[in-house]
Amino acid sequence: MISIQELSKFYDDVCAVDKMSLDIPEGQIMGLLGPNGAGKSTTLRILTGYQPPSKGTIFVNGLDVRKEALEAKKLIGYLPESSPIYPDMLVYDYLDYISQVREIDKSSRNSRLKELSGLCGIRDVMHKSVSSLSKGYKQRVGLALAMMSDPKILVLDEPTSGLDPNQIAEIRNIIKEIGKEKTVIFSTHILSEAEATCDRIVIVNKGRIAADGTMEELKSSARAGQKISLSLLHANQKDAEKILGEINGVSAIRCIEGDGQLDFTIDAAGDLRAEIYHAVKNSDWILLKLLQEQKSLENIFRILTTEGN
Amino acid sequence: MSPRSISTVFKREFQSYFYSPIAYIIMTIFLVITGWFFFSTFFLAGRADMRDFFGLLPLILAFTIPAITMRVFAEEYRSGSFEILATLPLNKWEIVIGKYLASHLLTIVMMAPTVIYAISISSVGSLDWGPVFGGYLGAILLSGAFTAIGIFSSSLTHNQIVAFIISVSICFFLTIIDNMLILIPGFLIGFFQYLGTGYHFSSIAKGVIDSRDIVYFLSLIFIALYSSYLVNMEKR
Repeated sequence: MISIQELSKFYDDVCAVDKMSLDIPEGQIMGLLGPNGAGKSTTLRILTGYQPPSKGTIFVNGLDVRKEALEAKKLIGYLPESSPIYPDMLVYDYLDYISQVREIDKSSRNSRLKELSGLCGIRDVMHKSVSSLSKGYKQRVGLALAMMSDPKILVLDEPTSGLDPNQIAEIRNIIKEIGKEKTVIFSTHILSEAEATCDRIVIVNKGRIAADGTMEELKSSARAGQKISLSLLHANQKDAEKILGEINGVSAIRCIEGDGQLDFTIDAAGDLRAEIYHAVKNSDWILLKLLQEQKSLENIFRILTTEGN
Repeated sequence: MSPRSISTVFKREFQSYFYSPIAYIIMTIFLVITGWFFFSTFFLAGRADMRDFFGLLPLILAFTIPAITMRVFAEEYRSGSFEILATLPLNKWEIVIGKYLASHLLTIVMMAPTVIYAISISSVGSLDWGPVFGGYLGAILLSGAFTAIGIFSSSLTHNQIVAFIISVSICFFLTIIDNMLILIPGFLIGFFQYLGTGYHFSSIAKGVIDSRDIVYFLSLIFIALYSSYLVNMEKR
């Protein structure tokens, strides 16, 4: 559906996107994650035809976004960051204007507006001017604008930024609902959000793709390392640290003493639970807890995006 | 380029002038200034014509039209709404021409009430309607040129004040160059006279409709709009 090929973008000397290649099949919800300035927005802006690429190109359904811009734009609905809608227009007038630009038949225009206002929950504000709307409502109007022509591809740049938790949940549900039939690409730096909605997560850092895969794939990637917590009774701190430190693959051990027991946090390269168990069995300590912590997306994100800094 | 898209952009832009008080304020200022300057000397001169009005008009338009056009692109860049406009399935030409037509129509609407001056003069004396029609045709062409220049200036920056100053400078230069010819070396006079708007406007305002003057204004409009189009294509 979307094919990003060797895409590069320079702002003067600064490289915002560096030879990025990515294929997005139809019907996928893809989350684009990355720290500020990683090139998320730039990639989306090139995809939607707002900015020209410096090198490389993007094909949408086989259409080059540079050469067949108009045809490509018809396939894409786009919500820019912080939805910059004309502040002096009424919501209804604005959506009506967009429907005219999108060449929706006069006969079906009203029913389309009704349908969209229901879906995005903006029925109550249709008669208000955009400047009087709260951020959440503005974002929803933006969503309605992006979905106006029922596009095959929906591109959303930080659709949930600045919203309260209820509104975030609502927008998430809308995205999930749309994503059943359409290709949705959205950028965010809220990780739990990507985790909750996406089929696929792409983490970008400094214009390059740092990781690409489903949630499970990212979590099991060995690069991120493991964290094991261990609690022992009747153990001597020094001996325990020495014995555990000798296990192959342990990189760091932290120990806290309390209630007569020792709580260890062990950073390890892989799954070392078996080795640790054997080490404990060979001594006379009592094992209270042995747990491999589920890696959070936050950890993976932090590790991938701080690499090489 | 489709007429349907142009008319969609045109309608929104023209309406947007009336969402805020800008249009009303500028129109009022324009009418007060022209009315006061014109009628302050009208009864002293005691001639039943509008020559003084059309003599003064280019200078007033050189200040009022930039005030109308300054927000056209600059405000879109500043607020970011241009990002939505540019990613809609619209050609850049459709955007530029739609916006141009809306602003030009507003300047025509702004000048329309001055027709009352002609009607009231014709009731007190015998008015020669030839130069009046010529004057209004010239005013429409001249305001078209100034509007195009204003839109070009607005597409250069995201600051409305800067856009205003740039377009006033260009329009003012084109207007007064006619009066500055004494300062120009002899062999360049013909060129600079032809370059200025005053020479072409005054000959139309006399009632002499020459195709060269019309071609001059139309090419000025085209050059300014094409430059605006290029700036928009190359933005970022």
